Amino acid sequence: MSGFESWARMGGYAAFVWPAYIVAFAVLGSIAAQSWRRYRASLRDLDRLQRPPRER
Amino acid sequence: MLTRLANPARFMRISGVVLPPLGVATIMVLTVGLYLALFIAPPDYQQGESVRIMFVHVPAAWLALFAYLVVAAASALALVWKHPLAEIAAQAAAPLGAAFTFVCLATGSLWGKPMWGTWWAWDARMTSVLVLFFLYLGYIALTNAFDDMARGRRAASVLALVGVVNLPIIKFSVDWWNTLHQADSVFRMGGPTIDPSMLWPLLTMGLGYLLLFKTLLLIRMRAALNEAKARALRLAAPARRPAKPLPDATPVLPPVLR
Repeated sequence: MSGFESWARMGGYAAFVWPAYIVAFAVLGSIAAQSWRRYRASLRDLDRLQRPPRER
Repeated sequence: MLTRLANPARFMRISGVVLPPLGVATIMVLTVGLYLALFIAPPDYQQGESVRIMFVHVPAAWLALFAYLVVAAASALALVWKHPLAEIAAQAAAPLGAAFTFVCLATGSLWGKPMWGTWWAWDARMTSVLVLFFLYLGYIALTNAFDDMARGRRAASVLALVGVVNLPIIKFSVDWWNTLHQADSVFRMGGPTIDPSMLWPLLTMGLGYLLLFKTLLLIRMRAALNEAKARALRLAAPARRPAKPLPDATPVLPPVLR
């Protein structure tokens, strides 16, 4: 078994270790992406409202 | 310091400067933390490689508690001084705290199955963390539950303050009751009992989670302030618009006045 395979098997606990990392980064990544999208949307909205009427 | 930052315009200016380096630091520290957790930290002599779950589970628990402290402190400031920035901070922190609590519960369950032989047990530590998760959900639901947004925010702030009683229960549950969950091994009287080869990766991941929380808190607070400004502009828009003459210049008068 190669070094990478051995590492990826996590001593037989791969079925628990990898899902834990996936859940952690999926949840935190999702809330980070949602926060960023909301921020960008708020900037776009504000920019549209602050533009002089002719440019709208 | 707090009063100076409590001005929304000043907050936007300072957070705009702080946010980019904070975001870069978050990515860097989390990358280093992951490297230490997955490649450098040794397997535990009893738990083997499953101990690597600790590096995503324990910092999530720390941040779940820290975020609740932020929500409660900001709610207290909002209730006492009625400062809008405090309300915005509490509302921005609550979903982040809920996310960290969910990560703590899910990764704890994934750690519990191979170590304890069960996904879940109704022991004091796990149950009190589940209650914390419901407190976050309750806070988020209450802020949106009323037509009058101010009433909703006030009710949610009171709930946040009442929920503070759960924090010492979570912290000391492993000392007060006989639980399946292990006792504290990092933040305890007499110093950490965990080996430095595992402690440093754990602290690095903890710092990474803390930086992530702060970055996302600033982003969400800035978004909320932008949305509030946009709402105010929409409300003010009809008043600012000059009165347009009717397409037909002839005034429509009642028959008596013609």
